[in-house]
Amino acid sequence: MITTILSIFITLAVMVLIAKPSGIYLAKAFDYKKTRLDKVFGPFENLLFKLSGIKKVNQSWKQYALALILANGFMIVLVYLVFRLQGVLPLNPSGNPGMEPTLAFNTAISFMTNTNLQHYSGESGLSYMGQMIGILFMMFAAPGTALAVAIAFVRGLSGREIGNFFVDLFRAITRVLMPAALVTGLIFVALGVPQTLEPSITAETIEGTAQEIARGPVGTFLSIKELGNNGGGFFGVNSAHPFENPNAISNFIQILLMFLLPAALPFTYGKMVGNFKQGRVLFVSMLMVFIVFLSTALFYEYQGNPALNALGIDTEQGSMEGKEVRFGTGQSIFYALVTTATETGAVNTMHDTLTPIGGMLALSNMLLNTVFGGVGAGFINVMMYAMIAVFLSGLMVGRTPEFLGKKIEGREMKLIAITMLMQPLLILGASAAALYTPLGTAAISNSGFHGVSQVVYEYTSSAANNGSGFEGLGDATPYWNITTGIVMYLGRFFGLVTMLAVAGSLASKKLVPETVGTFRTDTPLFGVILVGTFFIVGALTFFPTLVLGPVAEYLTL
Amino acid sequence: MKNEQKLAGPIIRSSFTLMILTGLVYPLVSTGIAQAIMPDQADGSLLYNEQGEVVGSELIGQNFTDPMYFHGRESAIEYDASGSGSNNYAPSNQDMITRTEESIAAWSEENPAIPVNQLPIDLVTDSASGLDPHISVEGAAAQVERVAELTEISSERLEELIEENTQGKEWGLFGEERVHVLMLNLDLQELIQE
Repeated sequence: MITTILSIFITLAVMVLIAKPSGIYLAKAFDYKKTRLDKVFGPFENLLFKLSGIKKVNQSWKQYALALILANGFMIVLVYLVFRLQGVLPLNPSGNPGMEPTLAFNTAISFMTNTNLQHYSGESGLSYMGQMIGILFMMFAAPGTALAVAIAFVRGLSGREIGNFFVDLFRAITRVLMPAALVTGLIFVALGVPQTLEPSITAETIEGTAQEIARGPVGTFLSIKELGNNGGGFFGVNSAHPFENPNAISNFIQILLMFLLPAALPFTYGKMVGNFKQGRVLFVSMLMVFIVFLSTALFYEYQGNPALNALGIDTEQGSMEGKEVRFGTGQSIFYALVTTATETGAVNTMHDTLTPIGGMLALSNMLLNTVFGGVGAGFINVMMYAMIAVFLSGLMVGRTPEFLGKKIEGREMKLIAITMLMQPLLILGASAAALYTPLGTAAISNSGFHGVSQVVYEYTSSAANNGSGFEGLGDATPYWNITTGIVMYLGRFFGLVTMLAVAGSLASKKLVPETVGTFRTDTPLFGVILVGTFFIVGALTFFPTLVLGPVAEYLTL
Repeated sequence: MKNEQKLAGPIIRSSFTLMILTGLVYPLVSTGIAQAIMPDQADGSLLYNEQGEVVGSELIGQNFTDPMYFHGRESAIEYDASGSGSNNYAPSNQDMITRTEESIAAWSEENPAIPVNQLPIDLVTDSASGLDPHISVEGAAAQVERVAELTEISSERLEELIEENTQGKEWGLFGEERVHVLMLNLDLQELIQE
């Protein structure tokens, strides 16, 4: 127990140490002025730009947003076709058929929106070709898109030109995602993760039966899955599969990769606006919320499941149903909290089996969607809450709120308000509809209060673009494929576009000179107000739902 | 700089460029590198017998039902590694509680000498993957008496075997101490054949 806590502490310490240098690197990588990085990546990038017909010209926020929506839309269509046709495409050694239409629709949107909700099982649902030019492609393109938008957003805030979507998307992949994924992917292989295009192999076991063992090019798939906050597993059970997470070291690296970009972006922001304190206060606020959630979840998970504790067996290990022995209770619930905080969605334990409070905290990470959040999109969401916090403080003292020297006025607040309302509308609206219709309730596998949690978790995970699930839910039906597909799409693109509009609007405003009366956004006081805003907005919206699901289950267990 | 740029061309061409770069070049190059420098791991850490036949993977658990061998954890898929998965039972799910009770009863029948309070929870619960190759050290120790009786190998020798197949926490801190059931049983099989 003490060593486990120490190992968690060390992991978080390493994460904190690498956040700032990574953030500075990101700021450099997307700088349009000449940097030394151009010498390294420039020639290769210029070749890609030529192949793609991209000119390095600045776009307006509207053109940037349009390019983002249309490019991602085209990629969805392209990958939809790959999934439908994989049965006749090459590299299909296990002979998997094409996906049915609603599943292909769901999966294409799922991976383009960085959600990676999976209503198929990797081993039997996808060919190697589908895993590569479908899934892998989007695992780069989706976080690349979000990273590009986050940088464009900060450029707008700091009064610069928004930039060019295509240049940013390619740079995100060539300068950040691909080099890091290649190196860590090979480390994963060294730790035991397979990397082969050979089909599954059949072993003759000790007891004389045949065991067919699925494998594939998993190592470098796994690295981008975590680094890009994608989370979609190569195998059905994701990082609980011994091939996808062989030991606690691979587990440690996966946790660091999930944290890397979401933890770095506040510092990128600090660097780009020329005041590291602005980024640090965001980082520290999010880390504090994370630590409180994590400690609570650890406590309840180690208590175990009262229903099993009553059976008189030795339950010192905690609640082991749905967990792997090599991770134990500690590293399992730690992973669960990291994957939901960073909106990755990879799992090394089955979230459906978590104790009610442990599961509720994983769910809360996604409901708030501001405890780091996924690469790019999470950061933008946090910035939205920062503006709400400034606005609320401004109302209380009766001043026009300012953020980074720009006045926040009616136009911005209207955009922010509809964005903020979108999330509960998607989650609660879709959950209510599902609980009301037999098409929805038929999927529930754990009856009672936990059934409510299963439905709410599924739509929260979709809206927050997380992708993990209470996987007992029988969600591979057209109803769930289509509804979660729509929720994922709106959960992703609505906020990205409105917040680009906010950035575009702020960029065009004149700077207000700072005075003693200016409310500062780089102080601990602001951090406290920010966290308060997370909870006021989040708790008021979702508390009743949590009472109906996990809290009720906890009280009746 | 003029702010006009046509979108259709760049969108179509960049999508295909990225699809080829990230979906083909990246996995094929990395697979090539991995196969060249670490073929054993890249192929799935396979275990071979003296005849060179594959008997399993070092990372994937196997189903043991013969009471002569050490048993692994419950698996909803009976360690069928062509897939993976478990039942996703909620803590309040009555099916899970019933299944665990049945497992405990079956266990007591097979191991009458060991009181139930020495039966660790990992032996009677499902893993996440259904392929968990490990059990807790206590879980192995609790089976020694049964295996010793059926194989006529001394308890001391079996405890030695368990110790040899126990992996500590990584770097002394990360993860959990555990016993590798398949490796343990491979060693046990060798002893039985002698």
